[in-house]
Amino acid sequence: MIFHFGLFLGFQLVGEILARTLSLNLPGPVVGMILLAALLLLQPRIGHAIEKTATGFLSHLSLLFVPAGVGVVQYLDQVSDIGLPLAAALVGSTVLSIAAGALTFKYVNRVRGVPDETPE
Amino acid sequence: MNEILNIWSYLSEGPLLWLTVTLFAYLIGLGCFNLSGNKPVVNPVLISMILLSALLKLTDTSYATYFEGAQFVHFMLGPATVALAVPLWQNWQRVKAAAVPMLAALVVGGTVSMISAVAIGYACGLRGELLLSLVPKAATSPVAIGVSEAIGGLPTLTVALVLITGVIGAVVTTPLLNALRIRDYRGRGFATGVAAHGIGTARAFQVHGTAGAFAGIGMVLNAILTALVAPLFVHLFF
Repeated sequence: MIFHFGLFLGFQLVGEILARTLSLNLPGPVVGMILLAALLLLQPRIGHAIEKTATGFLSHLSLLFVPAGVGVVQYLDQVSDIGLPLAAALVGSTVLSIAAGALTFKYVNRVRGVPDETPE
Repeated sequence: MNEILNIWSYLSEGPLLWLTVTLFAYLIGLGCFNLSGNKPVVNPVLISMILLSALLKLTDTSYATYFEGAQFVHFMLGPATVALAVPLWQNWQRVKAAAVPMLAALVVGGTVSMISAVAIGYACGLRGELLLSLVPKAATSPVAIGVSEAIGGLPTLTVALVLITGVIGAVVTTPLLNALRIRDYRGRGFATGVAAHGIGTARAFQVHGTAGAFAGIGMVLNAILTALVAPLFVHLFF
């Protein structure tokens, strides 16, 4: 367990260092994720060792957004006069983006003759 | 009474109180979500956000004080992002097989998000830096902050827009995709991750492991796309 978290933190640290030294336009954790995925593909042994911890951790990913979310609620007072147009833009664009992305995925597969993966 | 005030003033200064309260607020949110029969509108993040904000207001606690405790939870976002490597590895064969539809969905979903946010905002009377702050709102917040700064938006506003986008995505994605009759969890998750980053990904993990894995990839790819394309987009339209 400690080793598993150490591995995640270690890759985040390496990701942070690389992102800064190479001035990549990406956050350190994203770079760390790509590097860890590469390691797991080369060494599946490590993947099997950490998959339980990772799955348990990720099943509560929602929790981790709560502190920042509380900050947003505090900030809303300051933008209340432009709240409506912002809300319209956010709701509209999010709905359109999800629909457009998912439909594209479906139709590209259809054009290629790949069947849908239907859920069990 | 005095005793209680003393305990309060002691606890309200340290991180223990607000860290604990954050965890319990989330558990209450999760409890409501389960009680509702996992209805997407009863989003655990949304409920905990509202509960905690009300509590801060009632106790006259500043966000800075709250965050001293809550930062430990917030900090875990970094290692959690790294941990997304695991579902990516587990699903690697399927990811490779779906590379073409994923890239197409990324380009379409990511572009639609930027263009439609700016178009709707413009139609509703937003101008200038407010519009620019909307451009990177589908990307994960560290990327969105950097992009917002680079294109002349307001980074603080962008953080708020990013989070709200995530909550909207988490709430609408299931009914929306059901209405569109899209059943493939790869496409469902991927589009959600592209449009609603980590909060959408968290929602996708609640629904299905496959959806979560593909949402995580969608989030990462849209972070890259936003960092590359947003400056070009702004150059073209502004």
